[in-house]
Amino acid sequence: MKLLIANGYVVDPVQGINTGRDLFIEDGRVTAVLERGQERPTDVELLDATGLIVAPGFIDLHTHLREPGAEYKETIASGAAAAVAGGWASVCAMPNTDPVNDNAAVTRFIIEQAQRAQLANVFPVGAVTKGLGGKELSEMGEMKAAGIVAISDDGHPVPTGGVMRRAMEYARGFDLPVVDHCQDMSLSAGGVMHEGRWSLILGLRGMPAAAEDMHVVRDCVLSELTGSRVHIAHVSTSGALEAVRRAKANGLPVTCEVAPHHWTLADDALEEYDTNTKMSPPLRSRNHVNALLEGLRDGTIDAIATDHAPHHADEKGLEFDEAPFGIVGLETAVGLAFDLVNQGVIDIERLVSLCAANPARIFGLKDRGSLAPNAHADVTILDPACEWTFDVSRSKSKSRNTPFDGRSMTGAAVATIVGGRLVYLHPDYSRITDSKTRNASAK
Amino acid sequence: MQFNRKHLLGIRELEAGEIAHLLDTAETFRDVSRREIKKVPALRGRTVINLFFESSTRTRTSFEIAAKRLSADAINISVANSSVSKGETLLDTARNLEAMAPDCIVVRHSMSGAPQHLARMGSAPIVNAGDGSHEHPTQALLDALTIREHKQQIQGLKVAIIGDVLHSRVARSNIHLLTKLGASVSIAGPGSLVPKEFGELVEAGLRVETTLDDAVADADVVMILRIQRERQDAAFFPSMREYAVHYGLKAKHLALAAPDAIVMHPGPINRGVEIASEIADGGRSLILDQVTNGVAVRMAVLYLIAGGGRTELDEKGH
Repeated sequence: MKLLIANGYVVDPVQGINTGRDLFIEDGRVTAVLERGQERPTDVELLDATGLIVAPGFIDLHTHLREPGAEYKETIASGAAAAVAGGWASVCAMPNTDPVNDNAAVTRFIIEQAQRAQLANVFPVGAVTKGLGGKELSEMGEMKAAGIVAISDDGHPVPTGGVMRRAMEYARGFDLPVVDHCQDMSLSAGGVMHEGRWSLILGLRGMPAAAEDMHVVRDCVLSELTGSRVHIAHVSTSGALEAVRRAKANGLPVTCEVAPHHWTLADDALEEYDTNTKMSPPLRSRNHVNALLEGLRDGTIDAIATDHAPHHADEKGLEFDEAPFGIVGLETAVGLAFDLVNQGVIDIERLVSLCAANPARIFGLKDRGSLAPNAHADVTILDPACEWTFDVSRSKSKSRNTPFDGRSMTGAAVATIVGGRLVYLHPDYSRITDSKTRNASAK
Repeated sequence: MQFNRKHLLGIRELEAGEIAHLLDTAETFRDVSRREIKKVPALRGRTVINLFFESSTRTRTSFEIAAKRLSADAINISVANSSVSKGETLLDTARNLEAMAPDCIVVRHSMSGAPQHLARMGSAPIVNAGDGSHEHPTQALLDALTIREHKQQIQGLKVAIIGDVLHSRVARSNIHLLTKLGASVSIAGPGSLVPKEFGELVEAGLRVETTLDDAVADADVVMILRIQRERQDAAFFPSMREYAVHYGLKAKHLALAAPDAIVMHPGPINRGVEIASEIADGGRSLILDQVTNGVAVRMAVLYLIAGGGRTELDEKGH
C-alpha cells in the first residue's frame, strides 16, 4: 500500500527538515521525503496537506488507559481512540492498572488489546516494584521481552532510596529508563493541592513543592550513583526543574516531561473546589508555572506528556478531599501546546521535538519520532490556524474529567496516521482525502 | 448596601457593605430573643434543613433556635460520617433533600468546600455552618457583632488571634471579616500551626507573630482558638501540657493587651489548655455573649437567605 501526503509543510527536527515537502509512505514505513518538483510516485493514495504541517507521529510518554481493571473509566480501545483524535500516534501506558502491569502476562494483554483496537500504538510501561508496593523489584527483564519500554511506579513513588537504587542498577541491564513520579510522601501525605496561599485560603491540605523537589534531587543523585537513565515524570515545580537542569549540566542521563495543565493553569483555578482541578502533582502557584514556561523555552524540559488520567463522573462528583487525582488530557494537549507557540514560548519545530522526537529518544522507540527513510509511518498532521473549542461531550474517552471543557484554542492535530493508516481525520478536514483516489502524478 | 446573594458560603467573597448589612440586620433581631414571646412570623411557611455531617451542639442548636424564632420549620439531620463510609454521596443526600423543596439548607461538613460543592451542583440556597478548615462565616459574623457591641466599631481595632490557625475555619473567616472592616489582625501560635505563609491570606492588615506576647501587645480583642485534635492526624506539637505552658492564654499575656481588651473563644473551650479558666470565666470574657449573638446572626442570615427578601416581616413594616 502506497500513500503520498502531498503539498504539506514537513517539520522533522531529527532530519533538520522544516519546509514544503511531500511524504511518501509504503507498507507502513516511510520511503522518502520528496522535495517540491521531484517526480511523484504513481498509483498512490493521496492525502492533500495543503496549508498543513506534516510531523512525525506524536508520542505520549504518560497515559493511563485503565485496562485491565477499571474499564468503566477507560479501555485501551477508548483511550487509543482519544489518543489519535488528539494527534497522538503512540501512547505509553502506565502500569497502575488492576492487576498491576508488573509481569509479562499483563504486558502481553495490553499489547493484544491495543492490536485489537488498531488505532494508536500502545507501549506498556512496567512497574518498578511488585504491585507498586515499593519493596520487591518486578520481573522487568521478562516484561521487557514482552514489550515494555520503561519502568515506573507512577502514582506510588518508590519511597526509599535503597529500593530505587537497586531498581536503577537492575534496569540498566535491560536498557530500560526509570520513570519516577516524584513526591516525598512523608511531606505530601494527605495533601490534595499545592501548599501555598491558595491552600491556606481554601483550607485544603497542601502538598509542598519541597516534596517534589527533594524526590527529584534524590533521583538525580541516584542516577549519578548508578549510571541509570532517569526520566522525571510531569515536573511541576521550579525546584525540580532546577535539579534536572543541574543534572543535565553535569552530564547525567536525566530527562523530564511536563503536562499541559501544569503550564496552563495555576492553583488559583481551585477557587470553586472543582474536582477537575485536582491532580497530582497539583496545579502549582504562578511562580512555578513561570518556571515551567522558562524550562520549555530554554530546553530543560524534554517532552510534553498528557498524564491522561480518566475518572468516572461519580468519582469526581465526590467532595474535593475524596475525589481521585487526575484529568483526561489526550484531546487537549496539542491545542494547549499550540498556546505556547502562539505566545512565542516555543516554535513549531520545538513543539515537534517535545511531542515526537524527544519522547522517541527517551524511551528508545526505534524508528519513531522522525520521518527518516524506513521509519514507522506514524504521522501527525497539524493545522496551526485551526480555531476550535474543546467540547468534552464529544470526547472519544469514556471519561469527562477535564477543566478545559469549552476552552477555545488555536492550533490542532487534524489527522493522525499510524503505520501508514489514516486512523483519525478531523470532521472539518475531509478535503484532505478528497483527492484520495486520484493518481498523484496526473495533477 | 443590601445582601442579595443566594448562598452564604464564606466571608472572603463578601463586600464590606454586605457584612455591615448582615450585622445591622442581626442587631434588629437581637431584641426578639429578649422578649417574653421569642418568635416573629418572618419565615412562616418556610423550611430550613440543618444538614450536619460533623458533630456539633452549639452551632446546630443556634441555627435551630434561630429558625424557630423566625417561625420557620426547622429539620435537623445529623449524619455521623462522611458520604463515603455511609454509601450515599453528599450530592445524592442533598438532591434528595432538595426534592422536598426546602427554602435553605444549612450545611456543616468536615471537608473544606463541601457547601461550595452543593451550591455549585444543586439548586437550594446553602448556608455554610462550617466546612473543614475553610470557613465558618456565621461564627465570624457573631464575633463581629459581639465586638461591635462592646467596641462600637471594628475599624481601627487591633485583634490578636491565638492558637491552631492552620486548621481553624473560625480564624480564616475572622481574618477576612476583620481586615475587610478595617481592623488590624495579628496571629500567633506554634510554628507548625501558624505557617509563615499565612500572612499572604489577605492583601493587607494581617501580621504573623512568633510569640504570644508580640501578638497580644496592645490588642483590643484577643481571640483564642480551640485546639482541634480531630483535624490533626499527626503531632503538630509535643503535648497538651507543653502547649498549655507556651501557648495557653494566661493573665500575664492579657496584661500586655489594651486595658479594656476583651477575650473571645468560639467554643467549646479546653479549659487550662488554650485558655486559663480564670480568664474564660473572668470579667473580660465574652464567650457567652458570643453564643447569645450567634442566634441573632443566624436569624439574620436565614431571614436574608431563606426569606429571599420578601417576608411577612417586611409587609408588617419591621
